[in-house]
Amino acid sequence: MLKQIEGSKAVAEAIALCRPEVICAYPISPQTHIVEALGEMVKSEELSPCEFINVESEFAAMSVAIGSSAAGARSYTATASQGLLFMVEAVYNAAGLGLPIVMTVANRAIGAPINIWNDHSDSLSQRDSGWMQLFAETNQEAVDLHIQAFKLAEELSMPIMVCMDGFILTHAFERVDIPTQEQVDGYLPPFDPRQSLDPKEPISIGAMVGPEAFMEVKYLAHAKQMQALELIPQLAAEFKQQFGRESGGLVRTYRAEDAETMIVAMGSVLGTVKDTVDELREQGHKIGVLGIISYRPFPLKEVRAALVNCKRFVVLEKSLAVGMGGIVATDVRMAVTGTGLKGFTAIAGLGGRNITKASLHKLFLEAEQEKLEPVTFVDLDWDVVNKQLERERQNRHSGPIAENILYDKGMSSSAKFG
Amino acid sequence: MSFQPVKFYQTGTYTVGNRLLAPDARSVQAGELRSNSINSGHRACQGCGEALGARYAIDAAMAESNNQLIAVNATGCLEVFSTPYPESSWQVPWIHSLFGNAPAVATGVAAAMKVKGKTEVRVVAQGGDGGTTDIGFGCLSGMFERNDDVLYICYDNQAYMNTGVQRSSATPPTARTATTMPVGKEPGNVFGQGKNVPEIAMAHGIPYVATATVADLRDLEYKVRRAMKMHGARYIHIFVPCPLGWGSASHDTIKLARLAKETGMFPVFEAEHGEVTGVLKIRNKQPIEEYLKPQKRFAHLFGKHAHPEMVAHLQAIADRNIRKYGLLEEVKTP
Repeated sequence: MLKQIEGSKAVAEAIALCRPEVICAYPISPQTHIVEALGEMVKSEELSPCEFINVESEFAAMSVAIGSSAAGARSYTATASQGLLFMVEAVYNAAGLGLPIVMTVANRAIGAPINIWNDHSDSLSQRDSGWMQLFAETNQEAVDLHIQAFKLAEELSMPIMVCMDGFILTHAFERVDIPTQEQVDGYLPPFDPRQSLDPKEPISIGAMVGPEAFMEVKYLAHAKQMQALELIPQLAAEFKQQFGRESGGLVRTYRAEDAETMIVAMGSVLGTVKDTVDELREQGHKIGVLGIISYRPFPLKEVRAALVNCKRFVVLEKSLAVGMGGIVATDVRMAVTGTGLKGFTAIAGLGGRNITKASLHKLFLEAEQEKLEPVTFVDLDWDVVNKQLERERQNRHSGPIAENILYDKGMSSSAKFG
Repeated sequence: MSFQPVKFYQTGTYTVGNRLLAPDARSVQAGELRSNSINSGHRACQGCGEALGARYAIDAAMAESNNQLIAVNATGCLEVFSTPYPESSWQVPWIHSLFGNAPAVATGVAAAMKVKGKTEVRVVAQGGDGGTTDIGFGCLSGMFERNDDVLYICYDNQAYMNTGVQRSSATPPTARTATTMPVGKEPGNVFGQGKNVPEIAMAHGIPYVATATVADLRDLEYKVRRAMKMHGARYIHIFVPCPLGWGSASHDTIKLARLAKETGMFPVFEAEHGEVTGVLKIRNKQPIEEYLKPQKRFAHLFGKHAHPEMVAHLQAIADRNIRKYGLLEEVKTP
């Protein structure tokens, strides 16, 4: 059914259609609207049977989900940013125990400085946690990926994050096709757990494991993600059959045929990237797009196949490996090892800074001419950066960086308006 | 030819294993149907109070729940000594997740049972004092506050024994631990407020809070069974001596648990909805030295460089407990 609906509300409706049995909720922007909507559905018994638990922290949210999933209940939670970091110990534990929990991450920057706006630093920090990570480009895809996520997680008995850009998607009202209960029931079977705490058949879960078995357990987590590389396209195909639209998969290309310059990105920024590429194509530039949906497992083969025929590529990413450069770019470069392709990294949109078509235009043309530095910081205000660096050279007690930058920004804007 | 006298168990008040009693008057542990929830073969130290307490507590919970029990465990000695193959000792469905999240995991298990309509299945969470009073305290308070249907059992041996005897918020003042060495002006753990988790649990107004020791095992069984008759958040704090961490003889575990109660250092009581409903009276009051002297962790209080003022301070704490909880029988004036 077509609805004009907020992204968070649409995701909440999709989750409800997946018949979750335990939902743990702790507020953090920008995921809060999702659990608020689910809480109302449970309280009104529109979603039943389901236990909705208001916990005291994200650490508890993931821990409750660990308990409920281990006891055989389909379990869901949502978080972002600091909340994801607060639950990290339990995030790794859920993967280590092989519990198919589904969690929405409404991607948001990590402080300090505290910032509630979108980038991908939070879920990317959990790259090696053993969780799968799928990135939605639109709210329709966010809805669809959640439905696929339960099936994928439960098939492999491994947890999964569905990542959607905070505010840009979670708070955007747009047209979304919400499936019917019959459609979802026809796609997603009831949860049939591989392991379950049951007095009828007592098992121990979470025993101490020494060097004699630890590596095998960890390898199997890797093997599961390798299986996911096969399963994700298969589930997307089944999804198309059941729901009649393309959604999910590992990667997606756009106007990539004969492209000499390829832009690689994840999430909602792909919309702006495609618009920019459309304009450049009209001007005769041979440029295309590769969107990565599955960040973990990382589809090395598919990324390589999508890039191997171009001459150069730019990884446009909303994340920064401090002291190194790009996070996604490292994986993409790994995928094209030995091809001799020229690769550039563009860090953009950190802490919610707008990524505009104008900036992308400039960036892509410079890439085409191979004039870019290996790592470019898109729309970085070099004046304030240099001013702060100079301040630090002049004064041993130069004070807190963020406050100095805010001061300098304030001075320059008041000069503009004064 | 020597004569081996046949000794029958007595029917005294401390007795647990009495098979001469009528079946309904026997303890769970003396019954033929005891579940051996934590079975032999684990690798706990000789004289481990925690292993003993867990055995009695979980068997009692099994008996009261008609063997429909799921156990959640925090990281710690109990988890480590009971799980590595082939020493896995649990005869109940059992899960260990992390050090600080056992109460929340138990909430999740209970929620799963509720949503699946398995109302007969009950949930117990357990941890040591570090996992309960320190790192798991946030999750514990959350579980209490929501009144989730979980019995949480803390086995309190007053320090982080599994990592090598470091101080916890349950470590008593003056005690030597690896992080509170008996050196300097104030040797051992300093006098602070500590953290009285049974009282903090009571402040949450939860249905049931109790303390117990491994010296009064019938009382321990009674309290677990009483807790299991109720629903909502319940808390039992069991005093379990640790020969390794306390520097005490392994055969003194029960004796030290009894002395902790008889000196007033560890008040044994039960409470419902935040109000004390019963205390185990001191039978034979002992001076605090009797409790302290068999433990090497208090050795620096005695001998050549004795600290009588610290002993007096500890005695004052015991006396305060005795007054506060009315631990002594009231003397009736004629």
